[in-house]
Amino acid sequence: MIELKREELLISELADLLVNDKHIAVGAASPIPGAAALLVKEEAKLQNNRLRVTILHSNKYNNFTDGARELFDCAAQGRIDTFFLGGVQIDGEANINLVGTGSYEKIQKRFPGSFGSALMYFVVPQIILFREEHSPRTLVDKVEFISAPGFSDENIYRPGGPKFLLTNRALFKFNKQKKRFCLLKINNNENLENIIKLTGFKFDVDDKITNMSVPNKTRIDILRNKISYMVSEFYPEFADKIWGV
Amino acid sequence: MKQFDELSLLEIVDEVKDGDLIGIPADYSGVPMEFTKELIKKGIKDLKLYCLPLTTIQGDMLIGSGCVSEVEAAAVTLGEFGLAPRFSEAVESGKIIIKDSTCPALHAQLQATEKSVPFMPLRGVIGSDIQKYRKDWQIIENPMKFSGNKNEPILLLPAVQLDILIFHAPCVDKNGNIQIGRRRELATLAHASKNVFVTTERILDIDLFDDELSAATCLPALYIDGISVVKNGAWPCALPGVYGADNDEIKKYSIAAKTQKGFEDYMKNYLSN
Repeated sequence: MIELKREELLISELADLLVNDKHIAVGAASPIPGAAALLVKEEAKLQNNRLRVTILHSNKYNNFTDGARELFDCAAQGRIDTFFLGGVQIDGEANINLVGTGSYEKIQKRFPGSFGSALMYFVVPQIILFREEHSPRTLVDKVEFISAPGFSDENIYRPGGPKFLLTNRALFKFNKQKKRFCLLKINNNENLENIIKLTGFKFDVDDKITNMSVPNKTRIDILRNKISYMVSEFYPEFADKIWGV
Repeated sequence: MKQFDELSLLEIVDEVKDGDLIGIPADYSGVPMEFTKELIKKGIKDLKLYCLPLTTIQGDMLIGSGCVSEVEAAAVTLGEFGLAPRFSEAVESGKIIIKDSTCPALHAQLQATEKSVPFMPLRGVIGSDIQKYRKDWQIIENPMKFSGNKNEPILLLPAVQLDILIFHAPCVDKNGNIQIGRRRELATLAHASKNVFVTTERILDIDLFDDELSAATCLPALYIDGISVVKNGAWPCALPGVYGADNDEIKKYSIAAKTQKGFEDYMKNYLSN
């Protein structure tokens, strides 16, 4: 049995959600999504399939030449299948907050800001919400600031939106009709009671709830021997911490 | 006659006035850190930072040094090294005004100025609290009969013209054309700014327009008001294609700047080197 790091399990879990994509883009502060996207690209190559990955904070793994606006134009044109968003807070209706806690006019704890979420959430078909910390302070009933809403009125142009939410404890799928998350998988050393206790919003539970899938040896080898070095180009601190490269 | 004005770094610093709306490049576009150091030493006040679309250590240092009254940005962050501590503290204590935005809106407002039109429409954003708090933004119903969807609400963003822009570039040719490579957002910033000054690693004795390959990497000299050679001018930030970020130094800053006292100690040393 190979000993797996928690981050490697999350990378593999994210990678499973990307296998049908043609173009995956990865934004700021996203080493785990970045590694997952490159992993799926590498696996596609072995199957003789083509998959494009654009890592915004990399020079090497970046398909854009028209400046920082190209990501948003490209996404609005429908040329990006999957993008990742995070949040200081994520609520049960998939609203995300990247700005801070407390009321906006008298903010208690200020975080960096909304980045491109207010457009990307509307136009990319598969948005995967990714937040490692799974606790009542990150997964809340109602966010205190909406950087980007989880759903919109019918007359708003919105081909995109939330599909999944992955934390270090669980994977949820978002049901657009019910405006509610449904628990699909839990981390191997977790149980349902604990997940309910640590989640600040109410959610459904899938009939066929399973454990997160453990990557096979081939995938782990690719990740450790190849992807780790690729990641070190754009997230050196992360690559050093996880793989010592 | 020489095709551009070569200035000293201090001459460029003197072009920035208290209260200016200043263009701030992202950490991947060539951050003019040596310039920023001199600007802080000069004791500039009341700057309004327009970040395209974010700022890192440059913005945090300017805020911590009391040079800033307002920030328009999609994010202020130290990236892998966490929150921008002086920014967070300044917002929490109400020392600065933050105009929260989102990346494509920051681009679009400058693109309106590029085209000299009063506003630019953008999809998305509606229903967010970003839009709710931006009283300078407006929503209209799509007025076009045969383009887009009927009854679709659409966001309008005002054109923004910057007073001044300073960025750091790998090299400049003998005619003052600036090599920006694929960092085309620098061109957007320059087109939308009344004055543009560039610090650069070196001036080359060639014309980048002689070759189609290098011509495509240029911001033409016609947009530039002055150039100064400043070696290592982006340190500790990266200069894409030339040198990487000094991560040890940025980490050191991120720890020191957690308190105002730690920040001031760090800056005393930084400004004297």
